[in-house]
Amino acid sequence: MAEQQALIEIDHVNKWFGELHVLKDITLNIERGEVVVLLGPSGSGKSTLCRSINRLETINDGEIRFDGQPLPAEGRSLAKLRADVGMVFQSFNLFAHKTILENVTLGPIKVRKDKPAAAKEQAMALLKRVGIDSQANKYPAQLSGGQQQRVAIARALAMRPKAMLFDEPTSALDPEMVGEVLDVMVSLAEEGMTMVCVTHEMGFARSVANRVAFLADGQLVEQATPEEFFADPKSDRARDFLAKILTH
Amino acid sequence: MDILSDSADMSAYVDGFMWVLRLTITSAIASFILGVILAGFRVSPIPVLRGIGFLWVSAFRNTPLTLIIFFCYFALYSTFGLKFSGNITINNFWLGVVGLSVYTASFVCEAIRSGINSVPVGQVEAARALGLTFMQVLRLVILPQAIRSTIGPMGSVLIALAKNTTIVGTIGVIEASSVMKGLINDHGDQVIPIFVLFAGTFAVVLIPTGYLFGWLSNRYEVKR
Ligand SMILES: Nc1ncnc2c1ncn2[C@@H]1O[C@H](COP(=O)(O)OP(=O)(O)OP(=O)(O)O)[C@@H](O)[C@H]1O
Ligand SMILES: [Mg+2]
Repeated sequence: MAEQQALIEIDHVNKWFGELHVLKDITLNIERGEVVVLLGPSGSGKSTLCRSINRLETINDGEIRFDGQPLPAEGRSLAKLRADVGMVFQSFNLFAHKTILENVTLGPIKVRKDKPAAAKEQAMALLKRVGIDSQANKYPAQLSGGQQQRVAIARALAMRPKAMLFDEPTSALDPEMVGEVLDVMVSLAEEGMTMVCVTHEMGFARSVANRVAFLADGQLVEQATPEEFFADPKSDRARDFLAKILTH
Repeated sequence: MDILSDSADMSAYVDGFMWVLRLTITSAIASFILGVILAGFRVSPIPVLRGIGFLWVSAFRNTPLTLIIFFCYFALYSTFGLKFSGNITINNFWLGVVGLSVYTASFVCEAIRSGINSVPVGQVEAARALGLTFMQVLRLVILPQAIRSTIGPMGSVLIALAKNTTIVGTIGVIEASSVMKGLINDHGDQVIPIFVLFAGTFAVVLIPTGYLFGWLSNRYEVKR
């Protein structure tokens, strides 16, 4: 069998915010079905890297390819790319003026051009999967953070994405709600979804990630399986980081 | 009150408020359209448009309305000969509408702009991440949320406009305050009842208007 191309190829990417060099020559491939967890101290560029995969951040140098194609610069082809990449944000970002059901059907109807009835059926199935089907007609503000985040995952899945990006999906949640969101993410991973996750949940990284990529100061310092990374980090930066995080 | 027992006084009173109503409605429509366009300018990515929007708002929001109305009459009409109608009252009416509209549009613009700015950036990012195009994001996510948060401020702008129409009396449209002045001249012994009548008429219409906008704004408020 011919070697399959990675789904997401990040190729010598550089990014500056003004003077600040936030991504330094990052090269990282994410295979189909792989779960990669991005770790690193605050400000190391995890969010920026994650958001540049669907071009919510533009890069200054290098190339990112998705499914073999360089990311389109703008317009309809960029919208099309984004439709194939689900994204879950730290602050949920459910559409505040739409019901839970409408949040999940909006993309499929307006972007995928699904029939409303079909979109609704799919949405209800997804909401059932994440355990929110009984709240379909409520508004986001009426739900707890954990529930909103599960809806946000359902909304992303409704686009039938090829990959999912998670930027600290549990960091804004009360501790007792973290588990319900992680459970959904674990089940997605088990189904073979390609996932890029920025998270501080070390338990999730250990048990679900195929690979951990460690960033510091905008550099990809090391990448390894979670077993290797947690047991035997190669760099001082990673050892420091783990020492700080694991004493908590 | 016996001031309105005279049918001529009564019809002057009705005519005065009819002018207020016409000025309010016409200027509300014109300033709304103009305000939406200006708000579009102010949030547009094109610097020249943003500059025009900014200058417009800065200039008109900080000039007393009386000066703007005088400018319409003495500059636009008397000096530059801008003429809407051969009928002097109708002509003054339209000069008043121009003044009220350019002034009120700057407030409409700011209400809409702050409505747009009140939509959290995360809402836009989530919409873009789904693959919605720029126009879809604007139409399906930004504007519906922006307009809801604009309802309350729009109510205040409308109420201010209705009261401001009386300034057009200074350029010869016999609106409510001019009628009131006339009646006071004729009935010097009834100043207080006349005043109460005119102020009360404004209050009777504008207080419920305020409550209506408050109710609408609550009803359609986006809960976060
Ligand atoms: N829009 C922006 N404008 C300017 N600088 C930015 C912007 N967004 C991020 N930065 C800076 O870029 C650097 C990387 O930020 P990034 O958000 O990617 O870090 P992070 O690893 O996700 O951190 P955290 O764990 O705090 O979320 C930081 O120094 C940050 O201050
Ligand atoms: Mg971050």
